[in-house]
Amino acid sequence: MSKELDLKLKIWRQEGPNVDGKFETYEANGISEDMSFLEMLDVINDNLITTGEVPIEFDHDCREGICGTCSLMINGQAHGHEKATTTCQLHMRKFDDGDTITVEPFRARAFPVVKDLVVDRSAFDRIIEAGGYISVNTGAASDANLTPVPKEASDTSFDAAACIGCGACVAACPNSAAQLFTSAKLGHLNLIPQGQAQRFARTETMVETMESFFGSCTNHGECHEACPKEISLDFIAFMNRDYVKAKVKNRKLAGQK
Amino acid sequence: MTATATSPSGSTPIFQQKRQMPFPLNIYQSAIGRKWVMALTGIGLLGFVLVHMIGNLHIYEGPARMHEYAESLRTLGGGLVPKTFVLWLLRLGLIGMFVLHIHSAYTLKERSRKASDKADFIGGAKKYESKRDYVAANYASRTMRWTGPIILLYIIFHLADLTWGLVSSEWAAGDPYHNVVNSLSNTFIAIIYVVANIALVMHIFHGTWSLFQSLGINNPKYNKLRRNLATALAGIVLVGNLTFPILTTIGFINEDNRVCPPGDLECLVTQAEAH
Ligand code: HEM
Ligand code: SF4
Ligand code: FES
Repeated sequence: MSKELDLKLKIWRQEGPNVDGKFETYEANGISEDMSFLEMLDVINDNLITTGEVPIEFDHDCREGICGTCSLMINGQAHGHEKATTTCQLHMRKFDDGDTITVEPFRARAFPVVKDLVVDRSAFDRIIEAGGYISVNTGAASDANLTPVPKEASDTSFDAAACIGCGACVAACPNSAAQLFTSAKLGHLNLIPQGQAQRFARTETMVETMESFFGSCTNHGECHEACPKEISLDFIAFMNRDYVKAKVKNRKLAGQK
Repeated sequence: MTATATSPSGSTPIFQQKRQMPFPLNIYQSAIGRKWVMALTGIGLLGFVLVHMIGNLHIYEGPARMHEYAESLRTLGGGLVPKTFVLWLLRLGLIGMFVLHIHSAYTLKERSRKASDKADFIGGAKKYESKRDYVAANYASRTMRWTGPIILLYIIFHLADLTWGLVSSEWAAGDPYHNVVNSLSNTFIAIIYVVANIALVMHIFHGTWSLFQSLGINNPKYNKLRRNLATALAGIVLVGNLTFPILTTIGFINEDNRVCPPGDLECLVTQAEAH
């Protein structure tokens, strides 16, 4: 028999982008410890709908930790206190009976609140659009494994590619910096041979787009702790190195103009 | 290649890069480039702090040697250059590093403040409506924007106290031993020195770790050593610099056995030669 929890929730309610929000308190009783955090919110919403109130808006999609849609600051931590998990993977057994849980949206100027707990993370799309792809002509399909990739490079690139673009790094950052996300996207493409042709152009444009929306990193390391995919801070160092290299190299490529 | 970014929905850029300046000034236009400048000037300032501390250990050799050391700074470069020429070059370099370090720190803080809802004005750090629960950010990293200005105020006070002699009427030009003992035997001033050096050490503790990230110096083999280096540097500066106010307060550094009267430079020179 699984345990059941009676909880109190303080949840941020905000009707729209340009109105003030505030915390409302809700009770969630008889919550199964096997539920995910989002399922617990579903229960609250069911109750709200039955009593004719407006349900709480929150982002979610896959509910298995792979899409990066869910968010939430839970008791002051992005995706809650459980390490390396998204909110949809956070089980209620990680909480105690009688707990009061505070839920707030991810906050940053670039992540405006749309409604309640839903924020607009499209600034991340702007960064991807600025160079998070490989678009060189590669000719006809070649044999598999024609391009040798060193094992270390493919492993590290894959570690970076694990980023699901959830924005927890920005939410956790006292500076609202998007260094971890951007450096993961850069590391993913810049470490493998296929990404080399556009490496420095990509680094320059993605970093500059990032800087137009987000704050400046001071190496607290909060992003890494909040990241559900445990993206390493090492990628930020790679990005910092490649950006200045890019500034030097792109100038050379442009004929020292 | 300035990125012009607009969003169809809610989020708007907080910062638009103006026209790109010519290389290498364009590096300083970006936040990452500015962090490079902060890190490089930080290394320079760190070198200064260490050399300054080690040099001051001459105080344990008495007034004559301390005077000799101070004089040796003024005659750096030997007879090749006018007196204090090299010293002034070093000073100008230091001032330049401070200006760049502070300018980049301030402007980057402003960017972060603009990028954050409800950021507080001085710290520039983002606030949530509910309590934040930090995991990695430590006290040193979260107070960089406080310890920095504290260091600046302290340096100005320190110059007024021991270089310009504006704090005490008993200040004597060219006799640093006397000036240090005279200043630090005032408990209130000694406390200022202790507090400011604790701020300096906290700044160095986070800064030393941070600068490796900023410069992209990252190697899995040595990454673990970065924290150790930060702790070691902070520890050395803490112990070295705190000995002066503490040992003066408890009377270990004193002027009881002094031969030359304060400020009598000729006597100090003869004394040093007699050693
Ligand atoms: C001798 C004195 C100083 C030393 C040795 C020093 C050293 C450093 C170092 C090594 C860094 C790290 C740079 C990086 O992350 O790349 C740093 C960052 C910083 N410094 Fe200083 N600094 C000094 C004085 C100051 C002063 C006077 C101010 C401001 C008035 C200041 C404000 C800052 C700020 C705000 C940061 C950024 C914090 C961060 O990125 O986490 N510093 N400092
Ligand atoms: S780096 Fe981590 S926290 Fe940031 S967007 Fe990617 S998965 Fe989310
Ligand atoms: S809903 Fe897809 S990661 Fe949480």
